[in-house]
Amino acid sequence: MDFSILTDYFGLYLEGFWGTILSSVLALIGSFLLGSVIAVFRITTVKGLRWFGTGYVEFVRNIPLLLVVYIFYYGPSALGFPLDGFKAGTIGLAVYTSAFIAEAIRAGIMAVPKGQMEAARSSGLSYIQTMMHVILPQAIKLVIPPLGNQFINLIKNSSVLTIVAGMDLMYFADSISTETYRTFDTYIFVAVFYLVLTLPLSYGVRVWERRLQRKY
Amino acid sequence: MNKFKSFKWLSVLMVAALFVIAGCGNNNNAGNNSAASGGNAAGNAADSAAIAKIKERGKLLVGVKYDTRLFGLKDPASGNVEGFDIDISKAIAKHILGDENAIELKEVTSKTRIPMLNNGEIDMVVATMTITEERKKEVDFSDVYFQAGQSLLVKKGSPITGLESVTKDTKILGSKGATSIKNIKEKVPGVTVLEFDNYQDAFAALKAGQGDALTTDDAILYGMASQDDGYEVVGKPFTDEPYGIAVQKGNTDVVKAINDTLAELKANGEYDAIYTKWIGKAPAK
Repeated sequence: MDFSILTDYFGLYLEGFWGTILSSVLALIGSFLLGSVIAVFRITTVKGLRWFGTGYVEFVRNIPLLLVVYIFYYGPSALGFPLDGFKAGTIGLAVYTSAFIAEAIRAGIMAVPKGQMEAARSSGLSYIQTMMHVILPQAIKLVIPPLGNQFINLIKNSSVLTIVAGMDLMYFADSISTETYRTFDTYIFVAVFYLVLTLPLSYGVRVWERRLQRKY
Repeated sequence: MNKFKSFKWLSVLMVAALFVIAGCGNNNNAGNNSAASGGNAAGNAADSAAIAKIKERGKLLVGVKYDTRLFGLKDPASGNVEGFDIDISKAIAKHILGDENAIELKEVTSKTRIPMLNNGEIDMVVATMTITEERKKEVDFSDVYFQAGQSLLVKKGSPITGLESVTKDTKILGSKGATSIKNIKEKVPGVTVLEFDNYQDAFAALKAGQGDALTTDDAILYGMASQDDGYEVVGKPFTDEPYGIAVQKGNTDVVKAINDTLAELKANGEYDAIYTKWIGKAPAK
């Protein structure tokens, strides 16, 4: 193992690491918001919205992430407003992940027994109030483990940015490896950088999950 | 617990990767060894009698690219391999054997061409091969038969007309690992360079307006420009990439035959005709 690669190219590693963090955080927020909205569409009684939600989820999650990113990279430029690799990659990542998040949230809500909704509604709570105070607090416990998985996947999937020159960790790692010809060593350090992001997240999700279990 | 788990995985990964690397290493060594021994044997036997051997066989064996537009490209419809390199090879066959069709083309890649040559599978390599000091230790080169150089491909009507008009704000597209990326960064410090996995992706990005110019050997750029009328190669080449024809080390008589052919072609205007036929314009003097 050649640690001089890490020290010699630390600036490039950091630049890429920062790009990966920024892209992941933005995509995480975006995918969570988008996914929540789609999940609501999926369970609503309004038919048009439900169809849209179902169509969105089935379309997005059944094509490869790489293709989603290509769509946002080459699509807008065909329409005259090119997005750079970072933006296209981050948006693609958010859209792709949102389909899985929507499904995770929907599954969590559906798993709350039907009687809860009926009981709350018959005690005079509105649909929104029932959702906010009865259903969602119970659903969130069930949703956290799959959400945690999705977020970890999202961070790893952010490496797709390298294909569209999105200035992420893998992009700079490719440059370093072609310059040093030390492919294996270069990418081992990349793995460590990814672990620095994903392990704490993995641990944090578990802690949060445990804390919520205690509450009820 | 978590940490230990990750270390465990890391070590599994490392071990797996080590196997892969070790495997590659072995293969390479085996290839090199056999290539080297084959080369020596053939070299000793042939030495300067290589031409006699070709004449006895009645056929010239030439290693060319099958995948490089304008230089050596196999037409999937007809199955014919065509290009600048092929026309030059035919001229050499005509010079040595008196018949331009007394030739057998074999596909080589950048990786296989030197081992195949040293194995004696081919008499010469005519495959967009840049003459470098490092390669001269392995093979003998003819005179330069094509002067390539790094250049720029832009959309027609672009304000970029050559290296002079590339500034810090210009977005340059290129292929990962190419020396052309390093060169442009040296010529224009601080320039933004976007690197892609291969030239097709880089060209697609250029078409999508993701950058202002694509840079690499002009020989490759001319091939791209021939695919799409909306793009052109601009400015003078700003690096030197002399392509040579490689033969087994010690086969001086073959080198001489090739150089004689090249001189002949240049003198009678045939070279310019071949150049214009493929590149679309006369060679720069």
